Amino acid sequence: MAPEATLPHIRAALSAPASGPSAVAARGLVRRYGEGDATVHALRDVSLSVAEGELVAVMGPSGSGKSTLMHILAGLDRPDAGDVWIGDQEITGMGDNALTRLRRRHIGFVFQFFNLLPTLTAEENITLPMRIAGERVDAGWLGEVIASVGLGERRRHRPSQMSGGQQQRVAIARAMLARPTVMFADEPTGNLDSRSGAEVLEMLRRSVADHGQTTVMVTHDATAATIADRIVFLADGRIVRSQGPSTAAEVLEALAEVTR
Amino acid sequence: MTWVALKSLMERRTRAALTALAVVLGVAMIAGSLIVTDSIDRAFTSVYSSSYAETDVVVRSAPVVEDSFAGTPTVPAGLLPRVRALPGVEAAGGNLLDLSGTTNIAKMVDREGEVITANAPTFGAGIDASQPRFNPFTLIEGAWARGPGEVVIDSTTAAGHGFAVGDRIGVVAEGPVRTFRITGLATFGDLDSLGGATLAIFDNATAREVLGKTGFDAIQVAARPGVSDEELARQIAPLLPGTARVATGDEQASADKQGVEQAITFIRGLLLTFGGIALFVGAFVIFNTLSITVAQRSRELATLRTLGASRRQVMRSVIAEAALIGVIASLAGLGLGLALAKGLTEIFQAAGLDLPQAETVLAGSTIAISLIAGTVVTLLAGVVPAVRATRVPPIAAVREGASLPASAASRRAPLIAMVAVGLAGAMLVRGLLADGLDTTERLLMLGGGTLALFIGVAVVSSRLVRPIAAVVGWPISRRGAAGSLASDNAVRNPSRTAATAAALMIGLALVTFVAVLGSGLTGTARSDVRDQISAGHVVTSANGFDAVPAAAGRLPGATVSSAREDRALVAGDGVAVSGIDPETIASTFRFRWAPGSEDALTRLGPGGVIVDDGFAADHGLVVGSRVPLVSPSGESTTYTVAGIHDPPDLAPVLGRALISHEGFDAVFPRPKDRYTLIAGAGTTANEIEEALVAFPDTAVSTTAEYATDATAELSALLNMLYVLLGLSVVVSVFGMVNTMALAVHERTRELGMLRAVGMTRRQVRAMVRGESVITALIGAALGIPLGVGMAALATRALEEWGVALTIPTTLVWFVVVAIAVGVLAAVMPARRASRLDVLRALQYE
Repeated sequence: MAPEATLPHIRAALSAPASGPSAVAARGLVRRYGEGDATVHALRDVSLSVAEGELVAVMGPSGSGKSTLMHILAGLDRPDAGDVWIGDQEITGMGDNALTRLRRRHIGFVFQFFNLLPTLTAEENITLPMRIAGERVDAGWLGEVIASVGLGERRRHRPSQMSGGQQQRVAIARAMLARPTVMFADEPTGNLDSRSGAEVLEMLRRSVADHGQTTVMVTHDATAATIADRIVFLADGRIVRSQGPSTAAEVLEALAEVTR
Repeated sequence: MTWVALKSLMERRTRAALTALAVVLGVAMIAGSLIVTDSIDRAFTSVYSSSYAETDVVVRSAPVVEDSFAGTPTVPAGLLPRVRALPGVEAAGGNLLDLSGTTNIAKMVDREGEVITANAPTFGAGIDASQPRFNPFTLIEGAWARGPGEVVIDSTTAAGHGFAVGDRIGVVAEGPVRTFRITGLATFGDLDSLGGATLAIFDNATAREVLGKTGFDAIQVAARPGVSDEELARQIAPLLPGTARVATGDEQASADKQGVEQAITFIRGLLLTFGGIALFVGAFVIFNTLSITVAQRSRELATLRTLGASRRQVMRSVIAEAALIGVIASLAGLGLGLALAKGLTEIFQAAGLDLPQAETVLAGSTIAISLIAGTVVTLLAGVVPAVRATRVPPIAAVREGASLPASAASRRAPLIAMVAVGLAGAMLVRGLLADGLDTTERLLMLGGGTLALFIGVAVVSSRLVRPIAAVVGWPISRRGAAGSLASDNAVRNPSRTAATAAALMIGLALVTFVAVLGSGLTGTARSDVRDQISAGHVVTSANGFDAVPAAAGRLPGATVSSAREDRALVAGDGVAVSGIDPETIASTFRFRWAPGSEDALTRLGPGGVIVDDGFAADHGLVVGSRVPLVSPSGESTTYTVAGIHDPPDLAPVLGRALISHEGFDAVFPRPKDRYTLIAGAGTTANEIEEALVAFPDTAVSTTAEYATDATAELSALLNMLYVLLGLSVVVSVFGMVNTMALAVHERTRELGMLRAVGMTRRQVRAMVRGESVITALIGAALGIPLGVGMAALATRALEEWGVALTIPTTLVWFVVVAIAVGVLAAVMPARRASRLDVLRALQYE
């Protein structure tokens, strides 16, 4: 085997969790934007594996490639090289229809700006993906999810009648309801005050702990990263560090180190 | 997930309603057109069938010449007793009644001495009151007229002009005005009004005298029980003289109705065309509004994609939105159509077309056509935005300001536009200039060509927005910060501005086309008339198109030359024939003689005919040729061509064949004058009017006045077209309101910023208004030249009629209209923009 081919595998092994099958796996991801002198190397050979039931936080300074990594892992963007697996399916070569089916069963999203439909009630927003997929909503599970994000009384409220934290909890419930293989959270606390942010992080942590919901969270909030089982640091398009559960201080220290 | 789209549509009710309005008007126009024409049709059907309600067969002559003043030949009175004597006949009665409206004309005179006429038929009729079963009229009050001094008039005229039973009323028909005593009031069948038509009903003997007829127009027959209509007809047939024939009541009713049916079909087609145009403009508005909302909702659509919505589902949701708008708009349009039907009747009345109506008829087919047309057009307009919606990538859910990739269609726009314009050009040229096309093909070519032209120009117009805006927006952009921002905003999204302007362009192009072509036709017709008539004054009937009794032409002390007119079959063709006085006509009328015909008038005599050059060419006639002429009474005579003249083609004053008074009076029953031309320096209009006091149905005008009056009908028609086309301009206003409202919504944060840095509310309003006016002016800059171009092409096609291209000053007003449209469309969006809460606008996301 040529050394170039083996390098990613070594890196993957390095960043892989100790045991269990992986929910998300990426090998040798490369992503460039622009051409010639203006080329931006967003990702240079990134490999990552996320185990089932694991909560991984991806951190890094602005422009480190963390958002690009999440977009590619979630099938929103395509890498120039490398491949991505969700569960046992390789998604890199998938067409639009296959990706659509994948999103319905295997991927949940939590966005920085919540992305709720303003005309739908909380409950309608939560069940929307199931209805889009044409699947029956398990009323018991729905109740459990709504209860677990603490929205029982706000089922019939519209997004405009809710605080940011409440809206984000609706978004988390929406992402959880289909029990996806992996839930991607893109700066879930980025648009919230610290108290609401803490509540939202608590929900995310609980969804992993209580329901084994595999989660990949991109954040630049050190506090957010503290709920992760593992924190992956990106800088300049590369994974430069990976560490287990950390305190906010440890995260900030690590971040300062990688930014240097 | 379609329900999501529909739910969000219901949330944005105002916008949905504005969007739907664009379709509502088009559908209302279509529904209204169908309702009006169906109602007219029902009214006429009721008139014609009630005329023969208790009649099994009718004896009547077939018309020898269609649409003649003289009408169909009568059947001899002596036939009636012979028919009554037949074994199969239960009863028979004769009458004098002709529903064509061109003959049996008897006009009543109001208390001011003016004839009562509303551009509707003025029926004079004779009935046999002793045979009520054959009487189509219903007596409302009083008794039927019996005897020479009595008349029954229609109740509408009585009410409208203050006549009651027992009053005396003047009636003018074949001779000078005569006075009758009103013995009763009647209606036609059960109709209150026959659309302005008047009725003067006499007994048969009086009617003959008044109308100058002998015998009966028709004999109606009822069969004995057990005798079939066919058997009855067989018994009658051997008795029939000459042109008379026998038909069942139903056959006669549908034959009577034929002319009316053609008119209704024409009116229906005309109205539906304008409904179609409004709907087409509406489609532009829908297309544009949906395109904008898809662009504005791209984040929402992308979110739906990340939640697992497939492209197909996204497409379906936009299509469903279009469908819902289409269905609601069509239903509303149908409702509005019922109201519009009344408005349309009034538009026709204003244009001089009174139409009878019984009850309003809302046919199932009207409902189906309106709903289908509105929904299908809306759906079609939604296809491109729906396809565009599927191109929103899921990543747009997380990426700030993600823009849609250029669609394949927009990249190929120049090619599409070229193909469309090329196709349009080919179709228009073929439709206008090619010889030997039938009407359907010609209309198809013209309609399709115009449609393709509009689409082509609309597609390419996004590239014209910047240069045009730079020119038309110049005065606005110089008016301070608000003005310069307005003109920048207008070109910010050229394709959006272009589509908005295109909707207005269509209306303005068509209005311009009508104005330019109309001004060419009117101007040419007027100068044609002035070129021909050298006399100072012209006497015609009060409405200008009926003929007046020849006796009116005997005026003392002036050079008077009257021209009789009626239609006849000349060399087998039904054409207008004039009876002229060869002694005097040359001093009142200018002939343009073909070579060798200069002394045609001296050669004319009682057996000669002068034809126009076109007629001579069509029939291979030269001076000395023999031409057969069959008059409305069926009389056949042969004339010798005495000369050939070359009158203007668009508005010839005289008929196609000219014979002498002597020749005319010998073969045409009840000869009447169409024009009396009066030359003589000393003659004044007052003197002429005094001499004509016994003939109230005459109008004296100077030749210049007459030239204007002669084109009054055309002008009225043009006005009607303006009103009908105005509808599509209104539709485009809704489109502009939509675009401006959406633009304001989209720029909420920006407006907040502008207000925060010191822009006043007034400046915000001026900015929105400026953008709207520029958009409207772009529509005008595209539409008006397009309309002029189309009119130039049409004028070229009418070249053989001598029509000249003239650019009327009205076009300036269309620019004013465009500016007004821009200002009007901006009112609501500008107000909304100026009332934004600055703080909230800045936080708006």
